[in-house]
Amino acid sequence: MATVIIPAQLRKLTGGKDRVKAKGRNVRQLIEDLDRQFPGFSEQLLQDGDVKPSIAVSIDGEMGTGGVLEPVGEDSEVFFLPALGGGRENPGG
Amino acid sequence: MAASPNGHDYRVIGTRPVRHDGIEKVTGQAKYGADYNFPGMLYGKILRSPYAHAIIKSIKVDKAAALPGVKAVITANDLPALPDKMEQAGEMALNMSHLSANIMARDKVLYDGHAVAAVAATSPHIAEEALRLIEVDYEVLPPVMSVEEAMKPDAPILLPGLRNKEEGPDKPTNVATHLQFKRGDVNEGFKQADYVVEREFKTAMVHQGYIEPHNAVGIYNPDGHATIYCSTQGSFVVRSLSAAVLGMPEGNIKVVPAEIGGGFGGKTTIYLEPLSVLLSKKTGHPVKLTMSRAEVLRATGPTSGSTIRCKMGCSKDGKLLAAQIWMAYEAGAFPGSPVGAGAMTIVAPYNIPNLLIDAYDVVVNRPKTAAYRAPGASNAAMASETIIDELAEKCGIDPCDFRIMNGAREGTPQTAGPPYRRIGYIETVEAIKNSPHYKSKLEGPNRGRGVASGFWFNVGLQSSAIVNIHTDGTASVVIGSVDIGGTRAAQAMIAAEVLGLDVNDVRPLVTDTDSIGHTDVTGGSRTAFATGWAVYEAAQDVVRQLKERAAKLWEKKPEEVSFANGLFTAQGDGIKPMTIKELAGRLARTGGPISGRATVNARGVGPAFATTVIDVEVDPDTGKVQILRATVAQDVGKAIHPSYVEGQMQGGTAQGIGWALNEEYFYDERGILRNTGLLDYRMPTCLDLPMIETCIVEVPTPGHPLGIRGVGEVSIVPPPAAVANAIAHAVGVRMTELPMSPPRVLKALLSKRTRAEAQAAAAGS
Amino acid sequence: MAKKVVVEANINGEPIEFLCEPRQSLLEVLRDVLELTGSKEGCLTGDCGACTVIVNGRPLCSCLMLGVEAQGKTIQTVEGLAAPDRLHVLQQKFLEHASLQCGICTPGFLMSAKALLDRNPKPTEAEIRYALAGNLCRCTGYDKIVRAVADAAQTLASGQQPAGHLGSGPSATEQTERFLQEQEVK
Repeated sequence: MATVIIPAQLRKLTGGKDRVKAKGRNVRQLIEDLDRQFPGFSEQLLQDGDVKPSIAVSIDGEMGTGGVLEPVGEDSEVFFLPALGGGRENPGG
Repeated sequence: MAASPNGHDYRVIGTRPVRHDGIEKVTGQAKYGADYNFPGMLYGKILRSPYAHAIIKSIKVDKAAALPGVKAVITANDLPALPDKMEQAGEMALNMSHLSANIMARDKVLYDGHAVAAVAATSPHIAEEALRLIEVDYEVLPPVMSVEEAMKPDAPILLPGLRNKEEGPDKPTNVATHLQFKRGDVNEGFKQADYVVEREFKTAMVHQGYIEPHNAVGIYNPDGHATIYCSTQGSFVVRSLSAAVLGMPEGNIKVVPAEIGGGFGGKTTIYLEPLSVLLSKKTGHPVKLTMSRAEVLRATGPTSGSTIRCKMGCSKDGKLLAAQIWMAYEAGAFPGSPVGAGAMTIVAPYNIPNLLIDAYDVVVNRPKTAAYRAPGASNAAMASETIIDELAEKCGIDPCDFRIMNGAREGTPQTAGPPYRRIGYIETVEAIKNSPHYKSKLEGPNRGRGVASGFWFNVGLQSSAIVNIHTDGTASVVIGSVDIGGTRAAQAMIAAEVLGLDVNDVRPLVTDTDSIGHTDVTGGSRTAFATGWAVYEAAQDVVRQLKERAAKLWEKKPEEVSFANGLFTAQGDGIKPMTIKELAGRLARTGGPISGRATVNARGVGPAFATTVIDVEVDPDTGKVQILRATVAQDVGKAIHPSYVEGQMQGGTAQGIGWALNEEYFYDERGILRNTGLLDYRMPTCLDLPMIETCIVEVPTPGHPLGIRGVGEVSIVPPPAAVANAIAHAVGVRMTELPMSPPRVLKALLSKRTRAEAQAAAAGS
Repeated sequence: MAKKVVVEANINGEPIEFLCEPRQSLLEVLRDVLELTGSKEGCLTGDCGACTVIVNGRPLCSCLMLGVEAQGKTIQTVEGLAAPDRLHVLQQKFLEHASLQCGICTPGFLMSAKALLDRNPKPTEAEIRYALAGNLCRCTGYDKIVRAVADAAQTLASGQQPAGHLGSGPSATEQTERFLQEQEVK
């Protein structure tokens, strides 16, 4: 199972835990599993079926480019963090 | 031959050829956006709000429309209403209703200079006369100019619909976002610390200051297609955002990027472009809009002013133990300051076990901020890097050694959590420590030396490239990345390196949005990294195809053909190695022309670090700070064209020094910008700066075929803090406000003298 | 609106007549009437120097002069700096030293630098910086610009032909200089 590091503002969903285990072969399955364990995750992370534009996904130290289709390994370390883009830097803006 | 860091010997990369577009630019032939003229072209001008915050009750345009020579007048009512929702537009996430309302105010004006109407006329002078005939009835509201005012519970609300998660769906607010980053336990960390320094910093809103004002020529065709000529950092961004604002299909707009006279992030969004198309649609003529300097300063996106409270602690022997930071950035009139980036950069060069950062994006009655070179990082570093200097001083440790002891390395967790891959931070500090500048003695009264470091993420994103082989064996490289500082040369050099050609036999061409695949902005220091990667792959595609042709000629299998040092060869009797030039003449008979193509959504971007040392002399009578010497060390991965890499390092340093010493938006109590010209918005001149020495550090980015890291941004981050540290060592005052202009420095010096005198008097009594 | 006026001037060595409105600046005339768009508009208040041209031997911001004031004047713009077959030594040195990034300020810097070298062929670094202080560059930090001007001065002083030299015809600049000398003699 992959280890998901929970950003500070989503730790209320995990009862304060900053890292949890989740399974899935890609980011979509991982978020589905997180949502099963801690209801509310999908709403926080997804919009129109893909990762929210304001959120980036880092898997094993590398920023993903594939959104929900980004592959996740058996022992991957997955971070959700504010997105930066194109010399722009607008988390949530 | 230039030796590469990863053991390759390059023939072209690392050399300093004359840029391919140079002659046009030194002879005045190069066409920038404002240089485009078309038959029958009209000139547009924009009416702007004289108030910082007001409701638009009515706009009457009849008199303006009746002026001879006026062909059209438009207001926000001529643009479609767009949803109040975050949407993906090209590579950006944007609230489209905010974007549209920034281009043309709909119900309210939210800053001095906010556009309210536009005119097209047969001359710019007539258009300007017409603006004076437009009657706007405003209900003036109190302006909210600072984050402190905007965050007060009873503050006037700028955007009635704005909500944030914490305050809930029923509470109108000026706080668009609160981000938090947390690691370990800061209270525990501070308990263990021997030294703790805490200060509050304020930094002024500053502008990118590109010399070329924004411009656009729109040509609308009756078939529903439009062409936009403009100076932009991203032609594809202009296309997608203009299409959204106009309610047109994206494919119906072609954007032709003109040469661009500077951007530094400020030309990654749109202002005039959709208005030029709309005016063209209304009049049936091409319409050119250009901004004046005052319009650029009042109404395009500067970067945020900020308030930052920063507390850091370390042990006696200099180990950083905890950092707690509260930061609020001015977003301008609509959400979207770089506070997230500020939060993720502020202590990025360090390994700190206990960390708590709270970051707030706050709307105020100032222009909507846009990106500015490592957005959000320079003002953040002003806080953290001056406190690092103070902690080093308390520990009695050299500021370079303090940074090396605590510096981020491969595996160190970044602020948001993921570990760094191979980075070159420590190497930049060592480069400064070993530089002739740092080893030199600085003598004389009121002189001081300061060191500071900076971090920037860099980005990858999407790029496309085509490499064509001509029948004479020369090549052209076609890209969609606008050349803002010499990147054409870098792209041609990469192709020449792969193809074994002379760099002058490769012509780089920046083309329009119809002629090349999607390419994201020239921004985020991504052009050499990502577009360079696409060019590298496209050139490899050419080599692969050429091998097939050589194989055909020699009746061999393609895999039996090898290519090295510009020669194709294979084992076998009578096989004479061929150059690309020889092979190019045989293409028609072996299968036709060859174009290599590649697209990337570049992964594995390598973040950039810089460390800067600056010597200053402070005039104790006036507070004026003179820069005596400056040296910047930066990890660039691999320098393709070292002269232009040095140019980025020097240019960023100069901008950072301007930010440090003089530049600031000055609003009066009514929220009106009072320094709308370049005499009063004081950017560094030739006379303000010394030569800027550079140390290029090359720690290749893993995974990139050439090891490139972005080079465009990070050099702007250290200077404000480096100057502040130098001032502290020169005259013993710790500056906490930007800019450190003569009045502020003098005030700090006088209050230090007053304190000293009071202490002396107390001691005497 | 006042009527247009006929103005006669010598621009880049050519006697030229043009029509302009009294309210049009010389910069507007150069760019919009004469299609000499090499002179750039950065501020229209004389603060940035991107529109610098040389009028009767002196550098000035063409945005601060009216078109009608060009009557009888001799004006050099960036378009007249190179000969048909060779660059001016300053242009060549700007390229060799990578003294331009975006290039928008380059025409103004070239004209200010030319005016400097015309009156002071061996400037010190401080003199170069002083002479160019009216031209803003936001890209380079000025380092490579100052080096290029110093190198150009040295090349001119040593009598070497700049690397860009290919032919022997007089440049528009040289034609203008001859014209100015003739005027002075008269």
